[in-house]
Amino acid sequence: MGYEIIGITVLWLFLYGYLIVASVDFGAGFFAYYAKVTKKDHIINQLISRYLSPVWEVTNVFFVFFFVGIVGFFPDSAYYYGTALLVPGSIAIILLAIRGSFYAFENYGSKQSNVYMFLYGATGLLIPASLSTALTMSEGGFIVEENGQVSLQYMELLTSPYSWSVVFLAIVSVLFISASFLTFYAARANDTEALKLVRKYALFWGMPTIVMALTTFIALGQHNERHYENMMDLWWMFGLSVGFFMIAMWLLYIGKHYGLAFISVMLQFFFAFFGYGISHLPYILDPYINIFEHATHESMGIALIIAFIAGLFLLIPSLILLMKLFLFDADYVKGKK
Amino acid sequence: MLEMDPVLMSRLLTALTLGFHIIFATLGVGVPLMICIAEFIGIRKNDPHYLLLARRWARGFVITVAIGVVTGTAIGLQLSLLWPNFMQIAGHVISLPLFMEVFAFFFEAIFLGIYLYTWDRFKNPYVHWALSIPVVIGGALSAFFITTVNAFMNTPEGFFLGEEGVAAINPIEAMFNPATPTKVFHVLASSYLTVAAILAAIAAFHLLRQKRKKTSAEGASVYHKKGLKLTVSIMFVFSLLTALAGDVSAKFLAEHQPEKLAAAEWHFETEENADLILFGWLNADNEPVGVLRFPGLLSFLAHGDFNSEVIGLEEFPEEVTPPLWVHYMFDLMVTIGMFLVGVSLLYLLFIKIKSVNEHNKWMLWLLVLSGPLAMLAIEFGWIYAEEGRQPWILRGVMTVEEAATSSPHVGLMFLLFLALYAVLGTICIIVLRKLFRNNPAEEELEKKYPTIETGDK
Ligand code: HDD
Ligand code: HEM
Ligand code: HEM
Repeated sequence: MGYEIIGITVLWLFLYGYLIVASVDFGAGFFAYYAKVTKKDHIINQLISRYLSPVWEVTNVFFVFFFVGIVGFFPDSAYYYGTALLVPGSIAIILLAIRGSFYAFENYGSKQSNVYMFLYGATGLLIPASLSTALTMSEGGFIVEENGQVSLQYMELLTSPYSWSVVFLAIVSVLFISASFLTFYAARANDTEALKLVRKYALFWGMPTIVMALTTFIALGQHNERHYENMMDLWWMFGLSVGFFMIAMWLLYIGKHYGLAFISVMLQFFFAFFGYGISHLPYILDPYINIFEHATHESMGIALIIAFIAGLFLLIPSLILLMKLFLFDADYVKGKK
Repeated sequence: MLEMDPVLMSRLLTALTLGFHIIFATLGVGVPLMICIAEFIGIRKNDPHYLLLARRWARGFVITVAIGVVTGTAIGLQLSLLWPNFMQIAGHVISLPLFMEVFAFFFEAIFLGIYLYTWDRFKNPYVHWALSIPVVIGGALSAFFITTVNAFMNTPEGFFLGEEGVAAINPIEAMFNPATPTKVFHVLASSYLTVAAILAAIAAFHLLRQKRKKTSAEGASVYHKKGLKLTVSIMFVFSLLTALAGDVSAKFLAEHQPEKLAAAEWHFETEENADLILFGWLNADNEPVGVLRFPGLLSFLAHGDFNSEVIGLEEFPEEVTPPLWVHYMFDLMVTIGMFLVGVSLLYLLFIKIKSVNEHNKWMLWLLVLSGPLAMLAIEFGWIYAEEGRQPWILRGVMTVEEAATSSPHVGLMFLLFLALYAVLGTICIIVLRKLFRNNPAEEELEKKYPTIETGDK
């Protein structure tokens, strides 16, 4: 395997990690706000902040890892995406900034203010929507280079059915992933009242997720034939994804093994995300950035991989410790510590 | 304004974001060390005052970390958004430390999360203390890695630039370029110095207020006095180290980037036994007037020898010399550096000399001043370092002009970010004040450690 493939695999894995942990976080923001509006906040907000407070900074690093890594392995992405994305990228940064500071100000600062709760909920949906557009652009046709000038075709983007279906897919997936995690967490905390509520959310958001996934698939076929064909060749990965989705829904429905249900959701997204990613190759930005032609030099690629392996030795034990203390420590989850 | 030159606006936006981020980055590097030291002393001496110091600092730290993280994420993305051509090259050559920095963030973030939420969870108090060590190391490592990137911009090495772009890349050589050792040393020392000075300033401020109100909150006053003694001692050590690091930085410049040192010193002609000049201004003939002059000191600063030769600006073509106003940035930084050494030394002397009360009003006021001044020195230092590299973004390889984005919307983004930072900064201050106002140290002492003896020392 070449270092390009290893590089993109590692980056994709981390983006997948971000997809899961950030979805839990973003969705929780929306649910917290929704619960407040419907006067149910006393039921779940304690649960949400107990899990999120210790880990939010870690979530953010997953994202930083991805964008630092992609510029490292494929420096041309800085040039193309950097030039084209100044405005949408800046808006995403601002949304992330509002959200990030929310935790600190809100959880440690003072009483809950309504404005901030609203921003927290709204950014929870807007951030995935805006970040997912970067994936849309990677399909080609939206970022063009003419006479050495890279620019983003806003009109194309805003009128493309594919682009919108990705946005909605991102939002409903976030809510589904988040709700199924919170269901598991509430069950661990033996918090029956919260469990009842979040399980309802999870069951509710399951269907739109699968419907949007199919819609997006069809819209992609119209936008990028090559990618669509490639995806067809990987049909078994998407089949597995749907299979895990059904397992998750079943477990949620019968109300047992919520841990397993959440793992199934993770696997559902794992197969879909990797199926999508593999069939996207060799392009990072169709047709300008190709992983084989535009990777960094071999010496840097290898140095990055070595750094990555060394980093994992540091990271994995620390992450396990973090999860042990806050996710699997029954007393902490129940609020006794 | 909105249609202004993208290069100028990109520079302004970068300066804005970095100037804001560096405040919180400095705190992020320094505060963990102070917390770690205070908790250790507290456990060791079984002294609740120190434990409370650690707790309260940690509580405030949560707020500043959040802003450090979000502004850091902003600058990380902005590097690609504003300087795509620079990042394309830099991505090939210098991505290794940037990549490793992310691991340092991970490490720091994970243990910070654990540290903050496990205060009373372990039977052995040293276990909780030990959790602060990875945070200290993570902060220092992220400063180390990012500083190597900045060092690379000043003395790019470890690659070959030909017609086809960059080649023959050696990531290790790029990372450990000639500017790395001095820069890292100076950045780390000055971060610790600054944070110690800021925490000292807070303690001194509380003592002054208690004096004015003549409150008899004996417990709290002991608490702040202990905090002050601890932080000023640390401040003294790091002020000496910072000055030493500044000295070796100047020697580095004299050797590798003489135009930067010459611009800071308004040193136009190469000469032996060169004078160091502070402040003043340039007259119509570009001669420094109204300056403080220290004979031969520039030669000493540059090469450790009063008679050595220092290269002047005349040896460089005008297009590649930095703007001359960096002189003031350099002077202000050095002056503040000397001031901080002096103030902390004075306080420590007062402690030794029994007849003087080290908590007299004047001493406390000087200490209150040190905190903000130290942070200003950080800002001045960076402006000097960055502006002194002009017109290069990668010295000798690529100019700032060539590196910038061509997007016409940078001006608008500048306004957006200005508003964002104004809001974040304001809320940060409000929240911090509320956090400590509503929960003063004296009350928390009584609540948490009801058995504590009050009374002096
Ligand atoms: C509390 C902060 C602080 C203080 C008191 C000082 N410095 Fe400093 N200085 C910095 C904070 C700083 C900095 C922010 O950390 C810089 C900016 C870039 C860098 O590498 O460090 C810096 C840069 C910097 C440079 C440029 C290095 C380069 O661009 O490669 C020199 C020559 C000095 N300093 C010298 C000094 C001297 C002789 C001081 C006398 C005491 C001094 N500094 C005090
Ligand atoms: C790895 C570290 C750093 C990188 C990659 C970096 C990069 C840049 C770039 C690309 C510019 C714009 C071009 C220029 O005007 O020189 C710039 C300018 C600037 N940077 Fe740095 N910088 C770094 C560290 C810092 C830090 C920590 C500060 C602290 C505040 C800082 C302060 C500034 C300032 C004030 C400017 C504006 C100078 C001007 O107006 O031209 N830099 N830097
Ligand atoms: C171009 C320059 C810089 C870039 C691209 C950058 C990038 C970042 C990013 C992305 C984060 C957030 C990490 C997270 O999610 O946890 C961050 C935070 C941080 N940065 Fe910067 N940074 C720069 C300059 C600096 C400098 C010069 C220092 C140190 C002297 C520094 C020290 C830190 C620290 C310690 C944090 C952790 C947050 C905290 O503890 O406050 N950064 N930076």
